[in-house]
Parts: sequence; structure tokens; C-alpha cells
Amino acid sequence: MYRYDQYDETLVKERAAEFRGQVARRLSGDLSEEEFKPLRLMNGLYLQLHAYMLRIAIPYGSLSSAQLRRLAHIARKYDKGYGHFTTRQNIQFNWPALIDVPDILDDLAEVSMHAIQTSGNCIRNITSDPYAGAAAGEVDDPRIWSEVIRQWSSLHPEFSFLPRKFKIAVTASEEDRAAIKVHDIGLKLYRNEKGDRGFEVLVGGGLGRTPYIAETVRKFLPEKHLLSYLEAILRVYNQHGRRDNKYKARIKILVAADVEDFRRQVDEEWLKSDRERLDAPLSELLRIRRHFAPPRFETLDDESAALAAARGEYGEFDRWVATNARPHRQAGYAIVNISLKPIGKPPGDIAADQMEAVAELCERYSFDEARATHEQNLVLPHVKKDDLFAVWRGLDDAGLATANIGLISDIIACPGLDYCDLANARSIPVAQKIAERFADPDEAADIGELKIKISGCINACGHHHAGHIGILGVDKKGDEFYQITLGGSGADDASIGAITGRGFASGEVVGAISRLVEFYKENRKTGERFLDAYRRLGPDPFKEVLYVDASTV
Amino acid sequence: MKAVTANRLSDGAVLYAGPNGALVERFEHAQLFEEADAEAALSGVLAQKTAIASAYLIDAATSGPVGREALREAIRKNGPTVRRDLGKQAEAADERL
Repeated sequence: MYRYDQYDETLVKERAAEFRGQVARRLSGDLSEEEFKPLRLMNGLYLQLHAYMLRIAIPYGSLSSAQLRRLAHIARKYDKGYGHFTTRQNIQFNWPALIDVPDILDDLAEVSMHAIQTSGNCIRNITSDPYAGAAAGEVDDPRIWSEVIRQWSSLHPEFSFLPRKFKIAVTASEEDRAAIKVHDIGLKLYRNEKGDRGFEVLVGGGLGRTPYIAETVRKFLPEKHLLSYLEAILRVYNQHGRRDNKYKARIKILVAADVEDFRRQVDEEWLKSDRERLDAPLSELLRIRRHFAPPRFETLDDESAALAAARGEYGEFDRWVATNARPHRQAGYAIVNISLKPIGKPPGDIAADQMEAVAELCERYSFDEARATHEQNLVLPHVKKDDLFAVWRGLDDAGLATANIGLISDIIACPGLDYCDLANARSIPVAQKIAERFADPDEAADIGELKIKISGCINACGHHHAGHIGILGVDKKGDEFYQITLGGSGADDASIGAITGRGFASGEVVGAISRLVEFYKENRKTGERFLDAYRRLGPDPFKEVLYVDASTV
Repeated sequence: MKAVTANRLSDGAVLYAGPNGALVERFEHAQLFEEADAEAALSGVLAQKTAIASAYLIDAATSGPVGREALREAIRKNGPTVRRDLGKQAEAADERL
């Protein structure tokens, strides 16, 4: 894992001290709320319905056991005993008091964490593949490049007041597990036909009010030029992005208006820039790369007799391995997904005790590494197959052994109206009811991969546009209604879901989802996912079953 | 009728304007205002700049928040509907023990 150097440590500690002073001035009345609000937002502190909310950055989703334990400590000492993992690999605390936040930031700084750039019109937390360094077929560890971007974008003076927020995601695998096509910039590292490594640079993706799939602005960018090219994109955006209309201020609007013109402007800016000065020096790249050297894997047979025996003996374990474990690049190891979607619980929530249980397991069995995913789950990236049973036992004891990764109950949901000041409708209760309806693991396994994503407002923090089934909460004269979209995807086959029609009352949503699922089961081909069946059959038959007998409005 | 609601500066907790300009934590203790008096009551709360982070008017009856924002304001008044052990609903339950 990356370790802060002295520069990082100083910066984060000084920022915490600065915020302590700002809080004191606000409490004394020297700063008005209008003056203080942008300062607290620059430190990830929002005011929500019941309390403040602190959003803490987890760069590229990477966490150590010490960081997990510190988050547990913060949850217990300053909050209400739990945290909430978000769709951008961050964690949020829902109840911190303003007067405690300086102490929280000090506690975070001690474990190389902070809340800088988790809000505001700046470059936000860099997200990446949660299987980085573990997935087979990766051309490089994407965390190296994510860290390069993190350092470049941290408090970058030119890009601290962009027209709107700016999100960058990085992957280095064929399979996109970072939703790069729905980010302001998505970067895919690959090897060209000559064997050279470079980035496909996608720009202008995004969800929210106006969803777009990103356009490829450069098919192959030699990796050494990453920062100068990013700088060119940001400069064009900073200059031409609309500042007059918040709803048209994201880079996606600029790209969608004329992608060819946007590409031309970026290239012009890039070619005239001082690339030698802007690109990361090789010595720094090598320094960063050393932090991500592979762990000392043991040389093992890929087959584990202990694993086979335990799978034969314990059915629940066997199901969990089949659903939650993934192949690892190293023989004899597996990637473990920890579901934060227990049936009937708020998606992404984790109690302090559970954080500590994961910390213990990650320290003991996964080279002290854990990851947060954009699907609001956790990952232990490097677990020996021989140890899977022990890990499962540990997770089961902590209530974290739900076997539903990628299945219908592995739902993304934003906090919604239960917490969020922007929400129009609740998201979590809808997710809970759908998960409870499909709680039978055999039924869920039979349905197969089905990604349901729920947002409580058009800002789309729950990624509903990218759900195979998307659900958007809307307010209709004071009542909650839910629009359903179909056919979205945030993966390699990214697409924006299409609105099916009129919304459903909250009590009708589970029935509507059940009808869609039943229709899919009756009409799928062998092995065909819901999304593929939808794409083959088209929207009309799905709409027919959706609206039959439904008292929609 | 209207009520004035606010979030406390120090911890963001939901508050209401009570009798005699005091800020109270429970909706049950909030004062209800006629439309004509509501803006003045709001101004009084907004003037307490080191006590509150935000304040605004809501439609309310003695039974609780009403109108278009009734659900949102009921959630603020009580706590998250998905965590009955948190928020004012939990504090109220503690007091009944």
C-alpha cells in the first residue's frame, strides 16, 4: 500500500489544524454560516437532515487494518457506531458533531486519511478497480496510476474551482469494475499491438440529471504522458465548462455538444503544453511503483484440498465461495468479496465491530489489504484458498457472510430521504423490501446476475441509470413514487437505462420488480443474464408485464 | 399554521422555535405560528447566528409537519425510518424507559 511521505503527512495535519481554527471562528461568530459553508464542504462536511455528515476519502478504495480500526474508533467515539460505504469508494459518517470534526480529522491524519476534496467543484477521490493487483490479466496495477493522479490533483491550485465536481476512475483490466464509462474521465490502461502500455482516455461520462456514456477522446495515450494530457483536458474544461448553469456545468455537456471540437481543443492545449514539466518524472513513478509491489505470495498449487473438503462439508460455505470468491492471478489464492448487503439491512452500512472484524481478517489473511468497491461492498484481495474457510467463519461470526455478490439483493442504494438533504424519496426501504422478497438464495442464484440500483433523487448517487433495473425516487405532491429504468449498465457494456413509463407507489415497487423477474425467467435462453435478455427482446414486452394490472400514476 | 425549524450549529441536530424565542429539540414543544407571524419568528431564529446553521419555515399542525414536505419533516422530527434506534425517536423511547 502507498505510505504517505513527509509532504503528505504535513499537508494533511496542517489542513486539520486549519479547519480547527475555522470551526472555532464559526462557533465564536467570527465567521457567518455563508462564509463557513464552503470551508466545511472543502473538508467533506455536509449538513444533512438530522446532523452533519462527514465524507472521508479512501483513495482508490484501498484500506489497511489500521485504517479500518481507526474508522471503527471514529464510528464509536464520535458517531453512532457505524459508517456507510458510498458508490465512490468513500465512507460517510452520518452523525458527527461539528465541534468534534477537528478531532476526527486529527485521528484520520494519524492513519494517512482525510476528507479533503470529497465535496466541492474540484477533482474528487480517484477511484479504481477493487481487484487491483489481484485480478488475472491486468496489464499493470491501476493503483500506481491512481496514486499519481491523486498526488497531482490534491490541492491543485488551477483545478480547485472547476465549473463543477470532477470524477476520475482508472482500470487496467479488460473487465471494467470501476464504472469508467460513467465518470468525467475514465482511464483504461492496456497494451497496444506494439506491446506498449498506454491509456484509452474516455471523457464526458456521467449520471445525474443528464446521463451520458463517456466518449473515447484518445484511443492510445502513452502512459508517461498521463498528467500532461489530464492537465490539457482540465484546462479546456475549466475554460469552456459552463459556470452560468449548475445543471449544464459538468464536462459531459461540453463533450456531448461537439466531441470532435472538444478533442481538437484538448490536443491543441496538450501539444503546446510543457509536457516535460507536467508529466510525472520517472524517478517519482518508480518511487510510487515500489509501494505497490506485489505481496510475498507463497508458491502454491492452485487446487486446495482443504477448500474442496470444506466446500463438500458445509453447504453455506460452498454457496458463499461460489458467489463471493473470484479467481486470483496467483495460483492458490482467491479474491474475497464481502457483501455489505445483508438481507433487510441498509446497503453499504457497516458497524464498528464489523469494521474491526474485517480489519482482523485482512491483517491475518490478506497481507493487510482491504478494498472498498463502488458497489458498496468490501474486498479482501489476496486470500489463500486454504484460508477461505477460516475467513468465511470470521465473516459469518461478524454477520458479513451474505452470499449475494452480483445477485438481485446486492443492491446499490444511496442514503435517500432517510438521511440526505437533497433526496426526494427514500431509497433504503425500497432496497430492503426487494432484498427481502428475493431472500431465498436458491431463487437468487437461479435469477443470476441482476444489478438493481436505486437513487432517491435525480442526482443519481445510487447509479440508477446504470442499473440493469434502475429505480429513481421522485416526489409527487408529497408522496414517494418510483420510476423504473431498464437496460442500464456501468460495466464494459455500459449503457443508460431507458425509462419504462409512469412511476409506481412505494407499495407497488416489489411487485413490479417481481413481474420483470418472472418474465425474464420465462423467456431467457440458457445462461442468459437479465440484461442480455432485455437487450435481445427489447423494452416492449418488459413494459407490458410491468404495467399490467398496476395502478400506476 | 407554520413552525420554524433549524439545525443546531454545534452538532446539526434538528431544532424548533419554541415559546419566548427559545429553541427546543422536540416538535411537541414547538410553537405554531399564524402565517402573518411566521416570518418574524423565522427572523428571530436566524438572528441566533452562533446557535444555528440553518433555519426555515415548515407547514405544521399540532399533530406534526403537514403539506408537501410532510414526509421529509417527519423524518427530521423522528429520525431515519430505517433505523428506529437512532435520532429523536430513539431519544423519546429512552425517556419512556
